[in-house]
Amino acid sequence: MTTLLLALLGCYAAGIFLPLCLPGRPRIQNVIANGLAGAAGLLGVILSLMGLLSAQPLLLSVPSTLPFLTFAIQIDPLAAFFVLTISLAGLAVSIFALGYLVEYSGRRSMGALGALYNGFLLSMTLVVIADDGFFFLVVWELMSLVSYFLVVTEHEKAEVRYAGFFYLIMMHVGTAFIILTFLIFFQEAGSFSFEAFRHPEQPLPEGMRTFAFLLALIGFGTKAGIVPLHVWLPYAHPAAPSHISALMSGVMIKTAIYALIRVYFDFLGGQFPWWWGFVILVVGAVSALLGVLYALMEHDLKSLLAYHSVENIGIILLGIGAGMIFQAFGLKDFAALGLLAGLYHTINHAMFKALLFLGAGALLSVTHTRNMEEYGGLLRRMPWTGFFFLIGAVSIAALPPTNGFVSEWLVFQTLFLSFHLPALFLKLMLPIAAAMLALTGVLALACFAKAFGISFLAQPRSGHARHAEEVSPAMRIGMAALAGVCVVLGLAPMVVVPWLDRITEPLIGASIQGKVLALDGWALAPVNVEFSSLSTPALALMLAGLAALGLVLAWLFGGRITARYYKTWGCGLNLTPRMEYTAIGFVQPIKRVFSTLYRPTVKLETEFIEESRYFAKRRWFEFHIEPVFQRYLYDPVVAFFSTMADRLRFIQSGSLHLYLTYIFVTLVLLLLIAM
Amino acid sequence: MLHALLLVGVQTIVLLVVAPFVVGLIRKVKARLQCRRGAGVFQPYADLAKLFRKQPVVSTTTSWIFTATPYILFASTLAAGLLVPVFASKMPLNFAGNIIALVYLLALGTFFLILAGLDAGSAFGGMGSSREAIVASLTEPAMILSIFAIALTAGSTNLSTIVHKTALLEGIVTDPAPHLMALAALFIVALAETGRVPVDNPATHLELTMIHEAMVLEYSGRYLALVEWAAGIKLLVFLTLIANVFAPWGIATTHTPAAIGIGILVYLVKVSGLAVLIGTIESMFAKLRLFRVTDLLGVAFILALLALVFFYILRG
Repeated sequence: MTTLLLALLGCYAAGIFLPLCLPGRPRIQNVIANGLAGAAGLLGVILSLMGLLSAQPLLLSVPSTLPFLTFAIQIDPLAAFFVLTISLAGLAVSIFALGYLVEYSGRRSMGALGALYNGFLLSMTLVVIADDGFFFLVVWELMSLVSYFLVVTEHEKAEVRYAGFFYLIMMHVGTAFIILTFLIFFQEAGSFSFEAFRHPEQPLPEGMRTFAFLLALIGFGTKAGIVPLHVWLPYAHPAAPSHISALMSGVMIKTAIYALIRVYFDFLGGQFPWWWGFVILVVGAVSALLGVLYALMEHDLKSLLAYHSVENIGIILLGIGAGMIFQAFGLKDFAALGLLAGLYHTINHAMFKALLFLGAGALLSVTHTRNMEEYGGLLRRMPWTGFFFLIGAVSIAALPPTNGFVSEWLVFQTLFLSFHLPALFLKLMLPIAAAMLALTGVLALACFAKAFGISFLAQPRSGHARHAEEVSPAMRIGMAALAGVCVVLGLAPMVVVPWLDRITEPLIGASIQGKVLALDGWALAPVNVEFSSLSTPALALMLAGLAALGLVLAWLFGGRITARYYKTWGCGLNLTPRMEYTAIGFVQPIKRVFSTLYRPTVKLETEFIEESRYFAKRRWFEFHIEPVFQRYLYDPVVAFFSTMADRLRFIQSGSLHLYLTYIFVTLVLLLLIAM
Repeated sequence: MLHALLLVGVQTIVLLVVAPFVVGLIRKVKARLQCRRGAGVFQPYADLAKLFRKQPVVSTTTSWIFTATPYILFASTLAAGLLVPVFASKMPLNFAGNIIALVYLLALGTFFLILAGLDAGSAFGGMGSSREAIVASLTEPAMILSIFAIALTAGSTNLSTIVHKTALLEGIVTDPAPHLMALAALFIVALAETGRVPVDNPATHLELTMIHEAMVLEYSGRYLALVEWAAGIKLLVFLTLIANVFAPWGIATTHTPAAIGIGILVYLVKVSGLAVLIGTIESMFAKLRLFRVTDLLGVAFILALLALVFFYILRG
C-alpha cells in the first residue's frame, strides 16, 4: 500500500512539473497533465479500496526541519473513503478534460493549467490523508490557493476577478477559524499530531469543546458552503473552467464534510450534547431548502448547479446532524445510520454533481453561453451529452432507482426513527426536518425538470443551439464513466453499505451492516424489514418489466401503427422558439409563492411605435431577486471594515521615517508589557 | 416463486382493470349530480380501446423523451401500485419499497411528464408543466408528514405492515384523533396529486385553468391511452392507500383463494365508495385559483403536523 501511495503522489508530482517543462507544446502538455492525473486517479481508487478493506490503517510519517510540522499520513477507512471520492471524480474529470481543454489550447497556458489541476487534486488528496494538524493546515491552504488560481483562469473578465477575490477572502476567513479550532486542541494536546488531538494529556474543558465545535462549524462550513456562509459558491464555481467546477463542487467542498466528521466524531470522540446535533440539523435543513430555492431562480446553468451544492451539503448535514442527536442519547445504531446516510450522500453527490458540471461544460463548449434561455433542442443535437445529463438530473432529483434516491431515503429513515428519542421537542423537530427535506427534494425535481427541459428539449432558442454538435469522444467517456458510477451506486447498495459500515463502526462503536441489509443484501431495511425496506434492484426490475408490459399492451390493443410526424399546433401560427416556455416563465409560480423570501423586483419597459400607444415595438424585461444574505449580512460587515480602514488612514502617511517610529514605539511598548 | 408471481400478476391485473372503472364511476356520479344521464360507467374502457387503435401524431420538434414518457409514467405508476396492499395485506413485492419509495416513484412519473410537457415546444405544455411543478412541490411536505403520522401509529413505514397490523386490530384504533387528522391531510394531498377539483379540473381544456391536461395536450393515440390509463391508476393508488390504510377491514391477511376472493370484492366496494365521495366533492366545490391552492395544502400540512403532536401528547 505504501508503494501505491508513493506512486500516486509521484503521478501528481510529475503531473505538476512535466507540463511546465514542455512550454509551447500545448497538445502534449494536455495529454501529459490529464493522463498523469487520470493515472493517479486510478491508483487512488485501488489504494482507497485497499484502505477501506484493510484492518490496519496505513501510517506514514516524515519529520521536517520546521518546528511542529510533521508530514504524517494516515489512511484509515474514513480517509480512504474520501480518497475514493476524490480519485473517482478525478479519473473521470481527467478523461473529460483531455477533450475539453482542446478549446483552451492557444488561449491559455496549458502548462500552468495542467500543473494547477494536478496540484489541486494532490492537495485535496493530502487534506483527507493528513495526520497532523499543521500539515493539514498547510495542504488546506494549498488547496484554497490552487483552486483560487484555477477560478481566475479567465482573469481578463471583471466578474471572474471579482469571483476569485470573493472566494479568496471567504476561504481565508474560514481558515482563520480552522486555525483557532486546532489551537484549542493544541493547547491541551501539546502537539499538532491528530493522535494527540484524539487523546490529549488533559481532557478539554466543556466550554472549550463547545468553542471548538462552533469554530469548526464556521471554519469548515465556509468551505462546505452552508447557509449563510455559502455566498462565494455561486460566484466561484461558475467562474472556473467547467472541469474545475466539477471538482470544486463535487469534491472540494466534501473535504469540509470530512474535516467536520474528523473533528466531531474522531477528535471529540463522539461525545457531545444533543444540541450540537440539533444545530447541525437546523443548518442542514436551512441550507438544503434555501439552496434549492435560490437554484430555482438561476438561469445560468453553472450557477444553478452551484446552488444545488448548497442544497446537497444540507442533505448530507441532515443525515449527520440526526446521527449526532442519536449519538448524544446513546442510540448508537441510529447514530451510525445517520452518519452512513450522510456519507452515502457525500459520494453520490460527488458523482452526479461532477457529471452535471461536465455536462454544463459540454454545453458551454459548443454554445459558448451559460444562459439556459439560449439553449433548447439540444437532446436531438447532442444525444449522448443529453442522456448523461438526464441520468445526473434524475439522480440529483432523488428519483428511484438512482443513487440520490437511496441516500435520501436513508436520511428520511434516520429522521423517521426520531420517535425513539426521549425529548418531545426533538420528536417533533426531526419529522419537520423530514418535511423540509421532502419540500427540498421535490423543488430539486422542479429545478432539474427546468434545467433539462429548457436546455435540451423543444426547439433551439438561439443560433448557437441550432448549430450545436455532439462533443468529442473523450468528453463523452468522462461523462459516461460518472453516469455509470451513479447507476452502480444506486443499484448496488449491498456493496456500498458494508464499506460505509467500516467507516462508521470505529467512529460510533456499533456495526450496523447486518441491521441495515436484509434479504441477503437485496434490500435495505434500517432496523428491520417490518419497519421499512427498500430494494432498488427490485424497483429497477419492476420498472423495466412494467414498461415492457406497457409496450405489450399497446401492441395487443392497437397492433403495429406507425406514428405520423407533424409540427406542433401553434394556434394557426407557425410555432417559433419565442413561443416556448422560458426558464424564467417556468419558475414564475414558485417565485410568486415564495416571494417573501425572494423579494423579486421586476422592471418592464416598453417602447411603442410612433403612431399608436397600443402597439409595442420593443419590450425590455428585467427581473432580479434580492440577495438577502449579501445585503443584510455581508454588506454591513464590509461597510464596517471599510469605515474603520478609512478612519485609520491618517496613520498611513507613506513616510518611511514615520513607519520606523511606529516599529520603535511598538517594540518599546511590548518590552514594557513583557517586563 | 410461482405463487409469488401469480399474486403479483393478480394485483397488476386488478389495478389495470379497476382504474378505468373508478374514473368512469366518478364521471357518472358527477353527471347524475348535474342532472345529466352521463356516459356509462364502462365508457373509459371503450375510450382506451379506441385510443390504442388510433394513429398517434407526434410533433416533429420532440425528442425521444416525448415518446418514452408514456411508458415510464405507466411503469412508475403501476410500480407504485404494486407497493400498496390492494386485496391482500402481505404481498411478495412489499420488500421493494416502503411508503417513501411510493411517493418518489410517483414523482418519477411526474418528472418525465413535466419534461414531456416542455418537449413539444408549445406554450400550453410549458404552462401545464410549470403549474404541475408548483402543485407537486407544495403537496409533498404535507404528504410526507401525514404519512409519518400514520407510520407512527402503526410503528412502521412499510405499507404492508401498517395495513396488516391495522387489519388485525393491533392497537391502531386506540388513538383515533391523530389518525383522523392524518386521514384528512392525506385526502387533500390525494386530491392535489391526482389533479382533482378543487386543485385541477380533469374535465376542462380551458387554457387558463388546466394543469395536467395542458401537459398531456400533445399526446394522441396509444401514447395518450397510456397516459390516461396511468392517471387512472394513480388515482386508484391514492384511493387504495386511503381505503386500506385507514379501513383495511376485509383485506385478505392470508393467501387462500377464498380470502383473496373476498378481499377483491371488499376492495371494489371500498374504492367505489371513495369514488362516489370524490365525485360528490367535485360537484360541490369550485376549482380554486392556482395561488389559492397554497392555502389548501397549507391546511393539509398543519393537519398532518397536528396529528403528530396529538399522537405524542396522547401517548404521553
